[in-house]
Amino acid sequence: MRDLIRKYMDIWMHGVLLGASFVALVPLFGVFSYVLKKGWPALSKGFFVNLPTPVGEVGGGFGNAILGSVVLILLASIVGVPWGVLCGIYLAEYRRSKLAQWLRFTVDVLTSVPSIIVGLFIYAIVVKPMANFSALAGAASLALIMIPVVARTTEEMLKLVPRATREAGLALGLPRWKVILFITLRGAVSGVATGVLLAIARVAGETAPLLFTAFNNRYWSHTLFEPVASLPVQIYVYAISPFEEWHQQAWAGALVLLFFILFVNLFIRFLIFSRGAGRTS
Amino acid sequence: MNVETVHTAQNQLLQANHINAWFSENHVVKGISLSVPSNSIVALMGPSGCGKSTFLRCLNRLHEEVPGAKVSGEVWLSEKNIYARGTDPVSIRRQIGMVFQKPNPFPSMSIFDNVAVGLRLAGVRSRAALSEAVERSLRGAALWDEVKDKLKAQGMSLSGGQQQRLCIARALAVDPSVLLMDEPTSALDPISTAKIEELIVALKANTTIVIVTHNLQQAARVSDRTAFFLMGEMVEYDVTTKIFTNPQDNRTEEYITGRFG
Repeated sequence: MRDLIRKYMDIWMHGVLLGASFVALVPLFGVFSYVLKKGWPALSKGFFVNLPTPVGEVGGGFGNAILGSVVLILLASIVGVPWGVLCGIYLAEYRRSKLAQWLRFTVDVLTSVPSIIVGLFIYAIVVKPMANFSALAGAASLALIMIPVVARTTEEMLKLVPRATREAGLALGLPRWKVILFITLRGAVSGVATGVLLAIARVAGETAPLLFTAFNNRYWSHTLFEPVASLPVQIYVYAISPFEEWHQQAWAGALVLLFFILFVNLFIRFLIFSRGAGRTS
Repeated sequence: MNVETVHTAQNQLLQANHINAWFSENHVVKGISLSVPSNSIVALMGPSGCGKSTFLRCLNRLHEEVPGAKVSGEVWLSEKNIYARGTDPVSIRRQIGMVFQKPNPFPSMSIFDNVAVGLRLAGVRSRAALSEAVERSLRGAALWDEVKDKLKAQGMSLSGGQQQRLCIARALAVDPSVLLMDEPTSALDPISTAKIEELIVALKANTTIVIVTHNLQQAARVSDRTAFFLMGEMVEYDVTTKIFTNPQDNRTEEYITGRFG
């Protein structure tokens, strides 16, 4: 009798776990299928290359927003990736120093600062003094969000490189900075790349910080010193508009953004499985 | 045996005087002095935890890289005290190479790069010079024939024994005058071990080798002189055949006859 109860209990609990996992997946598939259904019909070649058109005029697209997002992410990465990697190197290679412990805490706090506050901060220190919304300010806010993410993953990946590797480098008569930069970091390179891609996927969808920094632009931006359109902001503007065809375009924009992030995540999977997350191959 | 005050007796390439080493408060090497003649092989043997590896790591100033580690004493390499004030450990380590217990090829690097990296990062740019050095070192480490067709393969893709010979080639590439080996075969199977021992003996022609081992037979097979370490002290240091046939200290005798350790 007791055995029977135990057996049914086991089946029941197994079912509960399976059910909970399934329920967690439902929203994900829901989002994907809904965005696909709504966005797909509005996607066309023109959507990727054309400027937005006034309401009622057909053939408008998100060309400037897509390009704007690419520019913002690129600029943010140029600043945020090296900065974050250097910070991560310090955290990993000088991990016992008081400064590193303090820095690690700060980085963790920075990770959880709401992105809208990052936007306000950049508004205060970049937009106000320059008296203009700009791509530069937008990129600065995204970079600030990237740095802690990149720093912490870099740190974790460098910690996986065995001490014997560092010692072998030192024993070759190489200065410590060369050992760190050309041997330890190289051993962790695919893991660090994973962190960079994670950070890119994270900032690609950020909207709040861009509202106060890059703002938006109905046209192509010609310099980095003027406001620039971006996918998330454009989606926001179109989604809250009262026009049906703009809603459709917002769905299409959402689909593009979603696929970009999905692609980046798949690429991360690929990196992890093919190289073993920066450990030995 | 009294080697204390001799800096550089004739053809003694390496001379350690009164080396003490600590991990934090833990005194692991206690006043050891030892001289190594050039083009010879000196084995340091003793039970685990006797300080032989730590002493070895004092000879290329690697011990001080461990957080909390301390060293005192002198080590003379030819005419130079490597612990003299203002001496750069980096320049010392270029002359005193090291091979570690576990094979540790650099991750994400090809076989070629593993061997070339020491020279490349020291500023050698010429492709021809690097190729030449890589071939010479791999030949020196008796690995060339096995890898010459796959120099672009990852160093980590080799077998354990091959990886260890790759590490030896990597150390040889920067042309050190002394090679320190920290139990280089303890992670390897008997066949790979035999190959490496053969290699060590061959390397004597061009370098001077200090090898740590807790394998008595290995010390007997490869070395010219053997030091016996026990609890941070050097019990005895003499010509290998003498240590194994006629030890002066009965602790040495007990160890080599297998009564402890």
